[in-house]
Amino acid sequence: MVKKPIVEQAMQEKKKDLKVITPSEKASIYKTENLNLWYGDKHALKDIQLDIKQNEVTAIIGPSGCGKSTYLKTLNRMVELVPSVRTTGEIHYRDRNILDKSYQVEELRTKVGMVFQKPNPFPKSIYDNIAYGPRIHGIKNRKILDEIVERSLRGAAIWDEVKDRLHENAYGLSGGQQQRICIARCLAIEPDVILMDEPTSALDPISTLKVEELVQELKKDYSIIIVTHNMQQAARISDKTAFFLNGEVIEYDETDKIFSNPADQRTEDYVSGRFG
Amino acid sequence: MNVQSMIEQHKNKGMKKFVEKLMPKLLFITALVSVLATIGIVFTLIFETFEFFRRVPFFDYILGTEWLPFSGTSPSYGVLPLIIGTLKVTGIAIVVAVPLGLAAAIYLSEYASDNVRRVVKPILEVLAGVPTIVYGFFALTFVTPLLQEVIPGLKIFNAISPGIVVGIMILPTIASLSEDAMSSVPRSMREGALALGSTKLEVALKVVLPAALSGILASVVLGISRAIGETMIVSLAGGSTPKFDGEITDSIQTMTAYIVQVSTGDAGYGTTIYYSIYAVGFTLFIFTLLMNLLAGYISKKFREEY
Repeated sequence: MVKKPIVEQAMQEKKKDLKVITPSEKASIYKTENLNLWYGDKHALKDIQLDIKQNEVTAIIGPSGCGKSTYLKTLNRMVELVPSVRTTGEIHYRDRNILDKSYQVEELRTKVGMVFQKPNPFPKSIYDNIAYGPRIHGIKNRKILDEIVERSLRGAAIWDEVKDRLHENAYGLSGGQQQRICIARCLAIEPDVILMDEPTSALDPISTLKVEELVQELKKDYSIIIVTHNMQQAARISDKTAFFLNGEVIEYDETDKIFSNPADQRTEDYVSGRFG
Repeated sequence: MNVQSMIEQHKNKGMKKFVEKLMPKLLFITALVSVLATIGIVFTLIFETFEFFRRVPFFDYILGTEWLPFSGTSPSYGVLPLIIGTLKVTGIAIVVAVPLGLAAAIYLSEYASDNVRRVVKPILEVLAGVPTIVYGFFALTFVTPLLQEVIPGLKIFNAISPGIVVGIMILPTIASLSEDAMSSVPRSMREGALALGSTKLEVALKVVLPAALSGILASVVLGISRAIGETMIVSLAGGSTPKFDGEITDSIQTMTAYIVQVSTGDAGYGTTIYYSIYAVGFTLFIFTLLMNLLAGYISKKFREEY
């Protein structure tokens, strides 16, 4: 109950900044059909149906263990790093089923970038962190790399803070800066979609604000899917919100509707802070 | 029943205080024993080496290219042939052990399933426990005849066979320590690289290997210092002909093998030959000491913070 006024306040702030776009204007980027996923015997995702639109920020909320991170990791097949995982159903990314075994994961992950919960830069210089992606995909020209590094760091709103120390180890930066380096690293290969798995949960409030502002900026060029524990954050930055509970999608709608007038009682209870 | 009062009853203040005071002193003495032993060894080495240099000029020793201590009429004590012998064996061992050890480490840490790792790693470590004398006759009676089939003109005593076998001996050290270093690279770093569309091999070579570089280099240096100090394999399979050349198919003698030869022979106490083994031992000690310092320097210099 305590949370609601803050959420509403955040919603109002957001309405001032953004015009709400109706779903019909935008094309789908991910169409999930009858997705089921098991970790061994545990049924973690149940009959997921979701239609995620291009150039929007889609937030995924829900209590711990509801399957929201699992769903996000299915979208770039990182979930396959867990050996016991098994899936059925289909996820169409731009009209191709990514769960099809013939779909190359490397190709998918080149199109679909990911930012993790804890900043995970490589123990290399800032420059080499950003240049890593372009390099493994064959871009070796020094001048082009310089350009990509600068553009990506500017894109992640961290250029001014690091431009004089590009060749220092990325681990010398603060947590918030490291996370923006990771976002820049992701931007460097100019993906189509960016998946974010609770990207601000390990950051202080000021860094969180910076990352949130960045997300707003990035959605002009990218489709962003963000998992978050923080409902105010979902209300502040997303266009659509999906509420997950026990491996099911309970409700998926415009963010404004989810937070002001949800259709399902469980959504209402969750967003008003009655559980979770 | 009051717990505090029971604690009060059980308290034996005097005894406890005495033990508390005594223990640090006992522990200090045990620590001192190992330090004193090291100092004692080094002093003996230095003292006897000094005695050797009163008989043989220092520069004749370190710059001389002829090692003929048993020549009755004109013995000469130039240590370079022995050093060359050691370097030949060590070089061959590195060529064998580093690529194989690194490949095994990459396989175990990046590709092998948990089950495979659980079986293979202990086997690899058993290899490290095989007594070196066993490796020695393995080199002499198995590897050398095998090599003679391939390399015509290979002598029964040569540098290649013990070099390869010393390489096999240090392989588990390099593989196992490198695997530890690579396994301790956080998973999140691999995930970060995979999420950018890297293949498994790119993750292994461009992220994990550089991140684990300090541990890997330290394991290589440790392997090298074991190869330099290796004795039994080179004594059995390397021969006892110190030569100052680049030949590896012919009989050689390493520093360690010379010490064995003299120690097991009947060089009389107080002769120049007797003192020469201390000088050679001291030279060997300098080599391994440098290697250890190098290992320490490398782990500091190349340490990646994560």
